[in-house]
Amino acid sequence: MDALRERPVLDVSGLPTVAFGRSNTTWLANVFYMMIEGTMFALLIASYFYLRTRTSNWPPANLPPTLSWGVINGIVFLVSLVPARYAQKVAPTGDRAKIRFALMGLAAFAVLNMVLRGFELANLNCRWYESAYGSAVWSIMGLHCGHLITEFVETVVILAVAFTDKMEGTRLVDVAINSDYWYFVVASALVSDFVVYGAARFL
Amino acid sequence: MALSEPIVIPQASDLERLARAWAQPRGFWGWFMNVHHTAIGVRFMVTSFIFLLLGGILAALMRWQLARPEHGVLGPDLYNQIFTIHGSTMIFLFAVPMMFQGFGVYLVPLLCGTRNIAFPRLNAFSYYIYVVGGLLLWVGLLVKTGADAGWFSYVPLSGPEFTPGKRSDFWAQMITFTEVSALGVAISIAATILRHRAPGMTLNRMPVILWEKLTVAIMVIFAMPAVMVVSSMLLMDRTINTQFFNPAVGGDVLLYQHLFWFFGHPEVYIIFLPGTAIISTLVPVFSRRHIYGYIPIVCSVVATGFLGFGVWVHHMFATGLPQISESFFTAASLMIVIPTATQFFCWIATIWHGRLQLRLPMLWVFGFFFVFLIGGLSGVMLASVPVDWQVHDSFFVVAHFHYVLIGGALFPMFAGLYHWIPKITGRMMNEGLGKVHFWLFFIGFNMTFFTMHFLGLRGMPRRVYTYTPEMHWGALNTLATTGVGFMAAGIIVFLVNFFDNKASGRLAGPNPWSGGSLEWATASPPPPYNFAELPTVNGREALWDAEPNQPIVRGLREDIPEVLVTHSLDSDPEYREESPGPSIWPFLTSIAVSIAFIWSIFSPWGIAYGAIPVVITLIAWLWPRGHSPARRELERREEPWTR
Ligand code: HEM
Repeated sequence: MDALRERPVLDVSGLPTVAFGRSNTTWLANVFYMMIEGTMFALLIASYFYLRTRTSNWPPANLPPTLSWGVINGIVFLVSLVPARYAQKVAPTGDRAKIRFALMGLAAFAVLNMVLRGFELANLNCRWYESAYGSAVWSIMGLHCGHLITEFVETVVILAVAFTDKMEGTRLVDVAINSDYWYFVVASALVSDFVVYGAARFL
Repeated sequence: MALSEPIVIPQASDLERLARAWAQPRGFWGWFMNVHHTAIGVRFMVTSFIFLLLGGILAALMRWQLARPEHGVLGPDLYNQIFTIHGSTMIFLFAVPMMFQGFGVYLVPLLCGTRNIAFPRLNAFSYYIYVVGGLLLWVGLLVKTGADAGWFSYVPLSGPEFTPGKRSDFWAQMITFTEVSALGVAISIAATILRHRAPGMTLNRMPVILWEKLTVAIMVIFAMPAVMVVSSMLLMDRTINTQFFNPAVGGDVLLYQHLFWFFGHPEVYIIFLPGTAIISTLVPVFSRRHIYGYIPIVCSVVATGFLGFGVWVHHMFATGLPQISESFFTAASLMIVIPTATQFFCWIATIWHGRLQLRLPMLWVFGFFFVFLIGGLSGVMLASVPVDWQVHDSFFVVAHFHYVLIGGALFPMFAGLYHWIPKITGRMMNEGLGKVHFWLFFIGFNMTFFTMHFLGLRGMPRRVYTYTPEMHWGALNTLATTGVGFMAAGIIVFLVNFFDNKASGRLAGPNPWSGGSLEWATASPPPPYNFAELPTVNGREALWDAEPNQPIVRGLREDIPEVLVTHSLDSDPEYREESPGPSIWPFLTSIAVSIAFIWSIFSPWGIAYGAIPVVITLIAWLWPRGHSPARRELERREEPWTR
């Protein structure tokens, strides 16, 4: 043990305890999570097109999903990027009032998206038990709804934290990462819409 | 962070503070709250070993049934359940949880020189969810609802039409459980390797086994979603009448196979890579020199990861599906020839130019060489189409893939266990008993499975519960079954050795094998904070290459569990992070998730209602408690976000 006495040290006590952006471990985990979920989407979409090649009438005996609700929701998704980006910007400042404002905006958009999603589901013009087409459409939409709801709950919980004095340090990083996840939800919504509404019409 | 001048070693009081900060909870509930990676890693190993024993018991039952023609031990229905549960247990509940999760969770943080795994609670959650999945499959078997459509449960056989009842649903949800578990661990392990390596351990100095764990983690991240998707589709076809696999309304049974093998191909490598990484770790230690060909070996490991998916592409587009189910293990073993041969040559060169010490772990390494080589040879035979036609779906195939799987997983596993048990328990295993174990197992294994090659050549089909005396397969089958007795005896010797070791083995000390990687830089078993002094690294074998005055890391807090986060590539220190402490919520969340999953077998509403407790437990898990130490510290430094 005596030898240890002589060893030089690398002193890390001056390092920060909070890191935003790419060097953050949770940020990395979120990327992995999005890779997993992105693979799920990719596989469901691949299955959609695979089943598409197995049959001549697509959609079989149905109208394609009604376009209007999908388009409206798609636009709302795009606009929702604004509060998400804003939340990400104010998170590092630690300004709780602004964070609350941003998260409330994000949560409101999520509610709006969910309501519109309800209309979308009602106007898919197919049922999951009718045909493989219906199953494929509903599985893509279903997976996305799962993410939408998850993200909504997450936003609300972080918002609740923002009303306490616990919103500091690594919690601020969570606000920023929550926005990353929202981007993923928006991106996957647009891709899903493209498949569900577009492929049934144009391909 | 300048290197300062020499400092004093930690005072006893520092160590006490560390021990308090990292203390693991005790008592009954404490067991469910513990989130330290050494505890969870050992649990993964012990549990998957128990599943190995259970799967082995099923194997023995099958062999007993097959020992004589028209034997009446198992009927056809039970035989179907037993080979399905045997295969599923071995692949999903033993091989991956042991080789990836068990060894990975225990070793990775130690090899990185850090105090805990990243996301320890997620990691603990993954353990419980795995246990529930395993119980589900086995409780199913015990209540006569054992899955019986083979370990890959093809539709239409496993679909609603041909397998009514709940058998396939139990199988499908077992898959979901075990894959959620593998995914959680993959995230923890990959994040640990990329963010928690000791300063100085650049990518270029990472031990081969870390490269392997990283590769496998990424493979898990891309492959496991496929099997979750496909088993969910199967479940939904069976419970809420989706039509994915129903050709009458546009569904397609081949979709199942496409998706399943998108997982199944990489899965072989997910099982096999950890084994080769153990070999690459042990060979240098017992040859007393650095590994020969570090770069080619690392490239082979990473290349194997890509090949896993490449084989799928090859099959789907070049060969088409019909061949795939038959020559699955064959194609897998053929593709792997180049990277594996590269590794073989590097191992041999290392041994050749080193000073070989034929200790117990090394014996298993040589066992691996031998067994795996035979598996490879029969693979080459299978790859030639005429042979494949002759022995297709016969016991030749069973022999071949057991050579590959047992050679690729079980032999390296025992090598690894004999190597690291001294670290885990602090005591040496008895070499004499270990040798008895090796020879019993080695002889028994070849007796059982080498014989099966001949049975296959004489036309004995797999997955058939009995045969008539006129086939003249009796004698060979008796021989094969006798081998199982030898293997079982070997395992019993191992268990005796293990429990004896825990009670009275010779103390191991920190580094009984004079190994070079960081897990040997701390006491055996490691204290709850892993390292009293956090190491820095100066070469590929951290301990062998250390300077006499290799610096240590100072300045992490000792009153709370804290870990150092470093850069992914060059491992320069970046920031300090609090490591989540013990918590009951990962366990409770796993219970809530289990209820939802199992409920969904019986009613589609299970997922909807079951989600409510999941959300509640998750919030309780993640809700911040008290002021984080980070904040207290920031207040001291008066930084802006303390308003
Ligand atoms: C240690 C002794 C073992 C024995 C005696 C044994 C025996 C058997 C037998 C007799 C069968 C096939 C029966 C049939 O097709 O009629 C079988 C199938 C299988 N075994 Fe093993 N096995 C052992 C270990 C393992 C291990 C360690 C693994 C994997 C890591 C494994 C994986 C499989 C798989 C995947 C199947 C195919 C199941 C199916 O057809 O669905 N086995 N085993």
